[in-house]
Amino acid sequence: MFLRLLADVRWRGADPKWRSAARCRSASGTAETQPVPLPAEARVVICGGGITGTSVAYHLAKLGWKDVVLLEQGRLAAGTTRFCAGIVSTARPVSIELKMADYSNKLYQQLEQETGVQTGYVKTGSVSLAQTQDRLISLKRIASSLNVSGIPCEIISPKQVAQLHPLINIHDLVGAMYVPEDALVLSANVSLALATAASRNGVQIHERTSVSHVSVQKGRVTGVETDRGHIKCQYFVNCAGQWAYELGHSGEEPVNIPLHACEHFYLLTHPLKDPLANNVPTVVDPDGRIYIRNWQGGILSGGFEKNPKPLFTEGRNQLEIHNLQEDWDHFEPLLSSLLRRMPNLEALQIMQLVNCPESFTPDMRCIMGESPTVRGYFVLAGMNSAGISYGGGAGKYLAEWMVNGYPSENVWPLDLKRFGTLQSSRTFLRHRVMEVMPLICDLKVPRWDFQTGRQLRTSPLYDRLDAQGARWMEKHGFERVKYFVPPGKDLLDLDQSKTFYKPDWFDIVGSEVKCCKEAVCVIDMSSFTKFEISSTGDQALQSLQYLFSNDLDVPVGHVVHTGMLNENGGYENDCSIARLSKRSFFMISPTDQQVHCWAWLKNHLPEDSNLTIEDVTWKYTALNLIGPRAVDVLSELSYAPMTPEHFPSFFCKEMSVGYANGIRVMSITHTGEPGFMLYIPIEYALHVYNEVMNMGQKYGIRNAGYYALRSLRIEKFFAFWGQDLDAFTTPMECGREFQVKLEKGMEFVGQEALLEQKQNGVYKRFTMFILEDHDTDMDLWPWWGEPIFRNGRYVGKTTSSAYSYTLERHVCLGFVQHFDEKTGEELVVTTDFINQGEYEIDIAGQRFQAKAKLYPFSSLFAQRRRKDEVELSGYQRE
Amino acid sequence: MCVPPFCAPPQRRSWLSVRPFVLSNELSALLLLPVPRASALWMLAASCCDRRMCVCPGPRRIAIPIRSSRLPLLSDAMPAPTHLFPLIRNCEISRICSTMCYCHHKHLCCLSSHFAHGHFRYAPQKKFAALYRPKENFYQFIHARDYASTPQRFYLTPPQVNSILKANEYSFKVPEFDGKNVSSVLGFDSNQLPANAPIEDRRSAATCLQTRGMLLGVFDGHAGCACAQAVSERLFYYIAVSLLPHETLLEIENAVESGRALLPILQWHKHPNDYFSKEASKLYFNSLRTYWQELIDLNSGETTDVKEALINAFKRLDNDISLEAQVGDPNSFLNYLVLRVAFSGATACVAHVDGVDLHVANTGDSRAMLGVQEEDGSWSAVNLSYDHNAQNEREVERVKTEHPKSEEKSLVKQDRLLGLLMPFRAFGDVKFKWSIELQKRVVESGPDQLNDNEYTKFIPPNYHTPPYLTAEPEVIHHKLRPQDKFLVLATDGLWETMHRQDVARIVGEYLTGVHHQQPIAVGGYKVTLGQMHGLLTERRAKISSVFEDQNAATHLIRHAVGNNEFGTVDHERLSKMLSLPEELARMYRDDITIIVVQFNSHVIGAYQNGEL
Repeated sequence: MFLRLLADVRWRGADPKWRSAARCRSASGTAETQPVPLPAEARVVICGGGITGTSVAYHLAKLGWKDVVLLEQGRLAAGTTRFCAGIVSTARPVSIELKMADYSNKLYQQLEQETGVQTGYVKTGSVSLAQTQDRLISLKRIASSLNVSGIPCEIISPKQVAQLHPLINIHDLVGAMYVPEDALVLSANVSLALATAASRNGVQIHERTSVSHVSVQKGRVTGVETDRGHIKCQYFVNCAGQWAYELGHSGEEPVNIPLHACEHFYLLTHPLKDPLANNVPTVVDPDGRIYIRNWQGGILSGGFEKNPKPLFTEGRNQLEIHNLQEDWDHFEPLLSSLLRRMPNLEALQIMQLVNCPESFTPDMRCIMGESPTVRGYFVLAGMNSAGISYGGGAGKYLAEWMVNGYPSENVWPLDLKRFGTLQSSRTFLRHRVMEVMPLICDLKVPRWDFQTGRQLRTSPLYDRLDAQGARWMEKHGFERVKYFVPPGKDLLDLDQSKTFYKPDWFDIVGSEVKCCKEAVCVIDMSSFTKFEISSTGDQALQSLQYLFSNDLDVPVGHVVHTGMLNENGGYENDCSIARLSKRSFFMISPTDQQVHCWAWLKNHLPEDSNLTIEDVTWKYTALNLIGPRAVDVLSELSYAPMTPEHFPSFFCKEMSVGYANGIRVMSITHTGEPGFMLYIPIEYALHVYNEVMNMGQKYGIRNAGYYALRSLRIEKFFAFWGQDLDAFTTPMECGREFQVKLEKGMEFVGQEALLEQKQNGVYKRFTMFILEDHDTDMDLWPWWGEPIFRNGRYVGKTTSSAYSYTLERHVCLGFVQHFDEKTGEELVVTTDFINQGEYEIDIAGQRFQAKAKLYPFSSLFAQRRRKDEVELSGYQRE
Repeated sequence: MCVPPFCAPPQRRSWLSVRPFVLSNELSALLLLPVPRASALWMLAASCCDRRMCVCPGPRRIAIPIRSSRLPLLSDAMPAPTHLFPLIRNCEISRICSTMCYCHHKHLCCLSSHFAHGHFRYAPQKKFAALYRPKENFYQFIHARDYASTPQRFYLTPPQVNSILKANEYSFKVPEFDGKNVSSVLGFDSNQLPANAPIEDRRSAATCLQTRGMLLGVFDGHAGCACAQAVSERLFYYIAVSLLPHETLLEIENAVESGRALLPILQWHKHPNDYFSKEASKLYFNSLRTYWQELIDLNSGETTDVKEALINAFKRLDNDISLEAQVGDPNSFLNYLVLRVAFSGATACVAHVDGVDLHVANTGDSRAMLGVQEEDGSWSAVNLSYDHNAQNEREVERVKTEHPKSEEKSLVKQDRLLGLLMPFRAFGDVKFKWSIELQKRVVESGPDQLNDNEYTKFIPPNYHTPPYLTAEPEVIHHKLRPQDKFLVLATDGLWETMHRQDVARIVGEYLTGVHHQQPIAVGGYKVTLGQMHGLLTERRAKISSVFEDQNAATHLIRHAVGNNEFGTVDHERLSKMLSLPEELARMYRDDITIIVVQFNSHVIGAYQNGEL
């Protein structure tokens, strides 16, 4: 294999000292020579010598952890790293991925100078082509995001494309995005350079050593079992690429790493008659599903076909990665697409079709972080065929995470804990990756839902709601209703409904919102994560008081909204906690917190047999009754007065609804609207739902979905964890000082950081923006991640947005920072700074004026509510 | 409907004769038509030597005098194939017709008028009439074509092709109980493609309800479809009754006697187009009842042997057909029907599957073939029947031993029985079974229609020691093995276009969904992207033809009709073959009827291991 030979030569040329042993081995060519013995003990053992493994080792060493052992079952950079196409591309839609790619690019650029190993780094730039207007919009969105991150990038016309690349057929293009700093590298050499630098810093590298399993004691990593003996260690890093899933499951305590490999093909050709220049840009044609780069005067072209071929589903078998077959018939659509894009290549001679398996994850984002079940077990894998682009940055974040306890950026979108055991089924992974791989080239429109691996977790009401026209989305495996299509109304097909503009459900959600405002709606919110924490004595209260920032020592029956903060005061979780009794608490957190929050509590609660914590998510069906009439429905069903005098807000009571007893009713709705949450033991779910719907009929009750909820909560300036809030956001930064009781009489996690912020002020501020000159029907809709400009200067990005049917305007939520105009240094953000600016939101390159607000339109809504209360009392008198 | 008057206008004859001579194959090339079937050409040549027996150009099993009473029948059937005509642009039809006509003329030199008439006896009717009105403008037509810069060709679109191919397809899956199918048969696919109008092939499939097993059969009629129709309706009842144990027969007889509801004997699996004639059901039932009454009386007490039962059923039915025609029926319609049944003929190839026991009873030249998957995954074919025709030496030998040595030379002429009949065994065809006296008596006492029919009146030459023909089948028993994946029953329309090895491969690959296309490897060869692209596109087209069909029989027909010299389905060719007007269709293909039975290897394996 040509690539391989090439790499080998240079590898030896570099002559790192850790290589000498292996060299002896290969020189004698027999197994008799003793390899360097493994150390008995190390702080960190990294499994996997590909780009991710070497990158983690490199960065750990940089951060001062030198007692690191890297084990590779074959040879360094011999797997996907060697076979991959070596494109470093920063054009990524997710902000954290963009940052990783940008860092990687900068790292690789100076790597050759740092290590002396030739990395083949060439800054060629990349051109992403758009065949359709929609594609151009998505490129423009990425371009806005790149520009504010300091990565040069421009949207260019087809004619400019022709100037950049001599072979491209431009007749079907509408535009393109040019990123001049994107680069090409020899991927294996980059990995070797990282290994060289790491070994110079003290990392020991052992090839031909495979890890059989990781030893765990009391939920902590204690050592690694290899085919050459045992190594005691505190930290283990699984960088095993497509074998990571299996390695994770090999130990007694399985660590679930949901990823699955698919075959990936690319073509190598002989050089052109007039060989391509070295710096001709890489071409990405997502509509044609291909990428094309210069390769030694010829081209290298691969792609992401619509019908991927998953492999290794049954685990690792005889089929070795090197023996995978070329499959020309499978490659045919991509070849057609290539010849359409570059018709002049017809006469170009084929060198090889390379089959290079890549691993993909269930949500197209890579996996990093610590296992929720085994402490000290870290993972970095599942690069979704962007291993080279992400490798450098991802390694850096993981190393920081291990050394400092947290990375320097919010990596929640990539955190292993976003998955649970429910994503560990091989069947699920196989089906899902077959959807994910084509998605890499598909148009990424707002509100996309995966179509495979669905209907895994459902509410007991699923069929009932489905029959009433529910349209579903999925969160953490749970089916949730988006909205209800009224009978007789048809929406567009899945493919046609993809749009960056006003979606087809606009009016449907509008009427649901209206019903929430004027009558009453039911939303099935069973997916919420629910924990019960109880103790024999005061332990539950004591430990929760320590973990949560708000004061939980409230009378029984009160609901407290509070953040679960980290040492820096950032939100690890944002939840509502009801005090059921003196000694037990009921905790409600977002759906995707199920694994993360559980791990956090397990790690922070004292080991005490008198303190029990139970995940009761599956035990309760949650119905949210939103609207001014909710109170009437409930009081009729329970023969109990539900008016605010008897049932104030943020109150929780077990009561009977219909025939069913033991329903936990809470006067919160997560939207700021009046109403109740009903936590119903699942066997009563259907009964209570039926009763509510029957009784509610005269109050105009109807079903509603999460899109309505979203619109309601965003116009009320309610932040949601995972979307607006993350581990780098404190309550002070999002106007929630009232949820923090600094003087509650005892210490709590993050208290110091919050105190400091209180004194010194905050460096970013959660702000609400109302788009002023935005035409809902004609203009592109905001989504999230749009840059915010204050007086023409970039100050931050939006985190979520929705159309407010009450304001008849789009509302965006986002963080505003204050960068010094000269130095770029972050300054304290004051209320005046927010209020005294002219704001614009950049949606795909087009800027819309926006009005910034730090508090919701309380007056507008308050008036409305009073009016409702008048009506309400009027009704009761009748 | 009367026979159209013989009135070829002089103009037409004149343009026929002034056209230059062109060989038929070249002509086909000009017309972009496939080469006609060899047998069809032979038919033309052979038949025209004999002035008495001018023959329709199809692969008729039997030569028929031209002024036959079959004409009304054919005309009645016109609506069926006419749906093709609108698909063909008018000029194309006239071009094809005129040229074909001319072609025959040249080939046969002397018979132009006769032949033209033979071909265009529909001419004054329906659509053709319009084409013939401008009698003298053939040259204009030719010139017009010359002036046309790009001659437009007509092709059926792929959906049109599919709708024609799929019109008669039928699939049956053996139902599963408790998620398990304990039958050795998974199900079957069947289909037929007419070339004659109306089609003369028939097919039947049924499950025996009182005994175990499944019956499947294809029937290829000749000299009309009446006999094939009757056999397809009746034969399985005869077989089922032959297989029934004595007690069941008694039970049935008692039920009939006392007017009670009858035990159902067969569950039919029929395509909507597979009809049963209501009028004759009473008559057929009575004959059947007589048969089982005799079986009851004959009670031997022995268990029924399938092979014997099949032979008995075949012979008995043929006997009944013959008897019914001799006795006649007071109802004139029925009387005519039984005579038509008896005077036409049909071959039969019937499979009986019960567990691992597969019996194939064959009479005539339809064929049963077993598809076997070898250990390496490749496919091979095992014949489960012998053709009863002149190509089968044993069969020729048999016929010769049954008749005096003096007749040896006249028995088989031009590969036909008595120079007339292609299959050497058949149902019906009383012309080859009855004595001359009997034939004459029946024809004379028969209805007028029969008398008008020259064919029925015509006695085969050298007819000395009847019967010359039998319906007795040859039965082959085969114990199914797990590697036996499927059985193909098909009329000769399939086998004359495809080798059985190809049939095994095509069906096998279709059923397993695997194409043994060698994966392409570039290796050390110099291949350009363009070349590779061309190659891959071709391979893709090949695969996509599989996915068009949900029915193995349809898939096979698609290949049989549309295969080009490279063994891949060529849409252009398929389109042309299917858009031939009915009169020409017979030149290029015969009726094709196919049943593909898929076996359940798991069940067969379990049988073998004695688990079932």
